Amino acid sequence: MSHESILIVGAGQAGMQIAVTLREDGYEGELTIVGEEPHGPYQRPPLSKAYLAGDADVESLELRSPSFYVERGIVVITDEKVEEISFEGPSADDRGVAVTSTGRELHFTGLALAPGSTPRRLPLPGADFGGVLYLRDLADADELKSRWSTAQNVVVVGGGFIGLEVAAGARKAGKTVTVLEAADRLIARAVSTETSEFFRQAHERRGTSVRLAAQLSQFVGDGDQVTGVQLADGEVIPADIVLVGIGVIARGELAEKLGLEVINGAIVVDEFARTSDHRVVASGDAVLLPHPLGGGTQVRLESVQNAVDQSRIAAASLLGKSERYRAVPWFWSDQADLKLQIAGLSTGYDQTVVRGNPDDEKFSVLYFREGRLIAIDTVNDAPDYMAVRRALGDGQTIDPATAADTSVKLKSLVIDA
Amino acid sequence: MPEITYISPDGTTTTLDARVGDSVMETAVKNGVTGIVAECGGACACATCHVYVDGAFMDAVGEAGDLEDDMLDGTASERTPHSRLSCQIKMRDDLNGLTVRIAPKQV
Repeated sequence: MSHESILIVGAGQAGMQIAVTLREDGYEGELTIVGEEPHGPYQRPPLSKAYLAGDADVESLELRSPSFYVERGIVVITDEKVEEISFEGPSADDRGVAVTSTGRELHFTGLALAPGSTPRRLPLPGADFGGVLYLRDLADADELKSRWSTAQNVVVVGGGFIGLEVAAGARKAGKTVTVLEAADRLIARAVSTETSEFFRQAHERRGTSVRLAAQLSQFVGDGDQVTGVQLADGEVIPADIVLVGIGVIARGELAEKLGLEVINGAIVVDEFARTSDHRVVASGDAVLLPHPLGGGTQVRLESVQNAVDQSRIAAASLLGKSERYRAVPWFWSDQADLKLQIAGLSTGYDQTVVRGNPDDEKFSVLYFREGRLIAIDTVNDAPDYMAVRRALGDGQTIDPATAADTSVKLKSLVIDA
Repeated sequence: MPEITYISPDGTTTTLDARVGDSVMETAVKNGVTGIVAECGGACACATCHVYVDGAFMDAVGEAGDLEDDMLDGTASERTPHSRLSCQIKMRDDLNGLTVRIAPKQV
């Protein structure tokens, strides 16, 4: 396959990485990234942390300088949404065209989709009150920041990563913070009960009120501004800001227009990041992919690591190479002075081993399936995290019977599987 | 603006003007110096921005912090006394001329 003109839809971390890798791998044809936001590609993780705290500005969030794109002949179109997209026919040589919200036509011979995801909305009465906020992009972060200094009462709906990061920042800024979580533990989708319980206690120790199994009935307000969140039992928790972080929905709309296989909004790809139409690759948050460490399950990975590593694979596939996606998933979340680092995917675990004492705020939870290491959560313990990340990458394991022994470095317990 | 010189594993050298306060990693990545991966964007979470600091600047750059020290134990390339994670070195005027060698393997 030899392309003259590649279009990347989506100007986030994934879209940017596809473009960068295409150039690094020697692609010399036209290359265009189109994104809906008014900004070029930027880092999202700091939005809930350093940017909110005022420790990072917009320029520092840029993934590449503007001159980087110019020098490499990468056209970045911002503030335009691709609304229509199609190929002129089914064969590998057929060209395609995308039409943006301004009516601009973008012709392509190769196509990559990196549309990302959008926050899941909470359709309760009062959802339109000002101050009921979500956090995905810079515009969201700027709105949150604009209300930040005058807000005293912050209610976070959803005890996942975004919510807990914002809660930690709000407590550090001296605000009264309540986290409302519908499940019976925090971060339930991603970590074990041990890690969940640690974070509940750690946030409580820092002055955040964590309410599990919380049932919400409505947002209450004064005029058009939110003033509180009402629970099912009638109690109203005062709120100047409500930050809702209850997960995201993959943006598979364009993939559907192209007739690609899409499940619950997520674009289905193979281990080469090819969609069901092999002319089209996709990467990032919006993609449902085969588990990168094998096993046959499909997973969706909302992480920088996946956006970067899968995009490299997608770029290779566009250039006719066949590189399998085999990267160890990893993730981090900074909450106050707690650094959670995760390597591997714990989905399907049947055993956990806690290494160290959670009360010391420095410990690890190792996950096993049928005796074999599959993942680790570490809190303030980078050596354990790195040891497992390396072990999983090398196909190695750790014996669960020895894993809790903190008298030896975890790295020394790694053995061949 | 203080200058930084990056020496790539293949021997290529690139000299860039850095914004004071930006890290050695950010300056490289934003301007397309290859070899510094920096997947986490500077959160000291990935150990993929490993560099070797030129001997003449070791004292001025200072020592790695505790978290960085731990992460350096897991780098893909060999750790030496000159090893640092470039996301943790913030540029200052007195680091003008800083030279770093980029570790050959980051992931």
